[in-house]
Amino acid sequence: MKLLTANFVQCSVKACSATPKCFPLHFDQQTADVPLELAHEDVDFSPEFIYNILPRIDWPALLITARELGNNMLPETTPEIENPNAPENEQILRDLHTLLLETQIIQGSMRCENCNHIYFIRDSIPNFLLPGHLVQ
Amino acid sequence: MEEKEAEQLEQEHVHEVYDRIASHFSQTRYKPWPIVERFLQSLPAGSVGLDIGCGNGKYLSVANPGIYIFATDRSAALVRIAAAERRARGADVGVADGIEMPVPSGRFDFAISIAVVHHFATRARRVDAVRSVLRGLREGKEEQGGKALIYVWALEQGGSRRGWDEGDSQDVMVPWVTRRKKKEGEEEEERVEKRYYHLYRKGELEEDIAAAGGVVVENGYERDNWWAVARR
Ligand SMILES: [Zn+2]
Repeated sequence: MKLLTANFVQCSVKACSATPKCFPLHFDQQTADVPLELAHEDVDFSPEFIYNILPRIDWPALLITARELGNNMLPETTPEIENPNAPENEQILRDLHTLLLETQIIQGSMRCENCNHIYFIRDSIPNFLLPGHLVQ
Repeated sequence: MEEKEAEQLEQEHVHEVYDRIASHFSQTRYKPWPIVERFLQSLPAGSVGLDIGCGNGKYLSVANPGIYIFATDRSAALVRIAAAERRARGADVGVADGIEMPVPSGRFDFAISIAVVHHFATRARRVDAVRSVLRGLREGKEEQGGKALIYVWALEQGGSRRGWDEGDSQDVMVPWVTRRKKKEGEEEEERVEKRYYHLYRKGELEEDIAAAGGVVVENGYERDNWWAVARR
């Protein structure tokens, strides 16, 4: 699972979806069975792609996810970029590219702050199916 | 049919079947439908969207490379195949239920639901599935809002080899036959899987979209299927 995807997923439990605590899911508590494992996977760099996707990102949520995964380098607010191809913007776009698209979460767990349900990621695939008792 | 009974039927005649036939299914379903292709290629760069019930992920490579798709399916076996399709940049996959979707409301520019809603066994569940497709879309007037493409099997397919048509029963079990030889020289073993479908009659998809709170902006019929583009 790409780190970017963590910015677009939340708890599947219906009762949680009405509360702001269901997003983002948290990486702060990992289990011994499925310890957190990150990997770097090369992806062709496209400054336009990052530039275009930037307005779609929930920045406060990204800050939380990045911090929980050990990255404290992000600015506090969405970077303001006018021209994605200007040389002075290359570094920040490259950094975001590396963080959002090249950081693969190979395995680990994500926790809902509201109901504490844990969602596992294995073989780089997150599983959001709920056990029967949580489905309303 | 009760909710529990419907879920049991879907478990047996949709989820378990797809898990078993995933690899066969993957070899046969390679041709994208033109309407889906046109929809995906019309999206502007920077669009973020969902492919709900992505199957083997065949649409992940059809979309333009400037967009991002989070593709989910209920079948873990199919998602594993789809994972190989996620292009370097523009897509990711997950295992999720079509009704209990793990995504925030109102953040997505588009969603596609291709050959999925017809697998839910009651009208209430089909409307819930449509609602779940629409829920993720950005709200907004006309072009400002997100849009969804929903595609379902039609009852009216007199021209196809199956020959269903107006007036026939809409709830059917469709056989999927797999053959394999255990050993050279042995007879082929034939296995028949039955998949549940609710065949949509003309106008029914639009009714379900309206019941789910959506607005149809475009609709039509393509190769034995009804389709509609809807907004919230
Ligand atoms: Zn929750």
